[in-house]
Amino acid sequence: MEITVDVNGVEHTVDAEPRMLLVHLLRDRLGLTGTHVGCDTSSCGACAVLLDGAPVKACTVLGVQADGRSITTVEGLKTNGTRDVVQQAFSDEHGLQCGFCTPGMMLVTKALLEANPDPSEDEIRWGLSGNLCRCTGYVNIVKSVQAAAARAATPADA
Amino acid sequence: MYPSQFDYVAATSLAEAIELKAADGDEARVLAGGQSLLPLMKLRFATPAKLIDINRIPDLDSINRHNGHLRIGALVRHADIVESDEMFGAIESCAPMVADPLVRNLGTLCGSVAHCDPEGDWNAVLMATGADVVATGPSGERTIPISEFVESAFTNTLADDEIVTAVLVPVPGGRSGGTYMKLKRKVGDYATVGVAVQLDLAGDGTIARAGIALTSVVPINTKITAAEQLLQGNAPTDELFDEAAQLAAEASEPRDDVRGTAAWKRNVVRVYVRRGLDLAAEHANRSDEPQSDYSQLDQADQPPSDPQQ
Repeated sequence: MEITVDVNGVEHTVDAEPRMLLVHLLRDRLGLTGTHVGCDTSSCGACAVLLDGAPVKACTVLGVQADGRSITTVEGLKTNGTRDVVQQAFSDEHGLQCGFCTPGMMLVTKALLEANPDPSEDEIRWGLSGNLCRCTGYVNIVKSVQAAAARAATPADA
Repeated sequence: MYPSQFDYVAATSLAEAIELKAADGDEARVLAGGQSLLPLMKLRFATPAKLIDINRIPDLDSINRHNGHLRIGALVRHADIVESDEMFGAIESCAPMVADPLVRNLGTLCGSVAHCDPEGDWNAVLMATGADVVATGPSGERTIPISEFVESAFTNTLADDEIVTAVLVPVPGGRSGGTYMKLKRKVGDYATVGVAVQLDLAGDGTIARAGIALTSVVPINTKITAAEQLLQGNAPTDELFDEAAQLAAEASEPRDDVRGTAAWKRNVVRVYVRRGLDLAAEHANRSDEPQSDYSQLDQADQPPSDPQQ
C-alpha cells in the first residue's frame, strides 16, 4: 500500500508491504542506514527513532503505521551541516565506543531533554533504560547527556 | 525477522473496526500499541490474516472518571498512565515498571490486558483493584470482570466480533492504598515475581476490601482469594499480614527456570505480599492527605533488597 511519511522534514511516498517494519522502510527503502537493527526483538533500542517526537523502537512498528506521521532519525539531528547539541556532546564526552547504540542513545536523549531540560543523573539513567550499550559505556553516555543539557541551557557556549 | 503476510486496514471509526472484526473473526487481530503482538508475529507465533489498526480511531485515547470508575481507553499508552494524575495505588505503582520507556510510548494497557500473558503486569493489577474490561461488539458494550475475562495463558473470553475498548477501575471512596512489587533481572524484563496489592480501609480502620494478585508465578494471572478473604473485615496487624502472605505463597505455582528455583520464587511471593500489604496499609493511612507522591520510579531499576530476609 502507498504511504506518505515525513522523515527528517522531507516527505516520502513509498509503496510498502504492510509487513515491512519501520526500521527496514527507513534503511532499505529510504537508504537511511543510521537507524540500526540490533536485537530485532524490541529489547535493545538500537533502532530507536522519534515518531511524532516520541522515541519508539522501529523494529516493533510497521512502516504503514507511520503513514501521515513524522519520523526523526539520527540523520535528521544535524541542521544545515551543524551538529545538534546532543551530537556534539556525545562526541566531546566520548559517549560511544563501538557506536552501534549511539543513534538510538542520541535520539532518546533528544526527546528526554525536550521533555526535561535539566534531568538528574537518575532521570537520565531512567530515560535511557530502554537502550542497551553492549560496550557498557554508560558512564560516558550519561556524561554526554549532562553535557548536552548544560549546553542547551547556555546556547552561547554551544 | 518479518511477520508472515497479512492484510492491513487502518480503521477510522470504532464501528468500522468492529465490522471488520466481525467479518474475519479470529483470523483478524487488533493492532493498538503492537508491542506484544508484533514480536509474536515476527517470531511467527501469531500469523493473523488481517490486522485492524485502531490507532486512527478518535477518542480511544482518553482517561476519565465516570460513575466512580476510572475509564482507561484502548489507546492509552503505558507512558500516558505514568504521566497521568488520575492514577492511584497499584495502577500508579505498576505503570513505570512496565517494559522500558520506548515500549511504554507505544504499548497500551488494554492491549496488554487482552494479550493475557501470565507474565504481563497489568492483569494482576486489575485483579487486585477489582477492574472490569469493556468489550464492544456489534450489539454494543458489555463489561466483563477481569477474572472472567482472563481465561488461560494468551486466551481471553472475548467473542470473535468484540474489541476491548476500555478498562474500568473502581475508584476507592475512602482510605485506600496499593502497590505493585516486581522482581526482575533488569529494566524491560518480564517479572520473575510480580505481586499486586490494593487495600481499602473502613472508617474503623478494619480492612473493607483486599485485592491480591500474582504475575509470573502462576499459569495465568491469579487473584489470591483465600488471602483476600482472610484480610477482609479484620484490623491490619503484623500477624494477619504474615498469614495472608503465607497463603499467597502457598497458592502460587512457580517453576524452576533460569530466573531461579521454584522454592526461592515462592518465598519471594511471601515476602513481596508481606511488604506490599505494609505499603498498601501505609498509603491507605495517609490517603486522606493530598495525592501523595509515592511513585516507585526508583524501585524498578535498583536491585531489590534481599527477598530471602
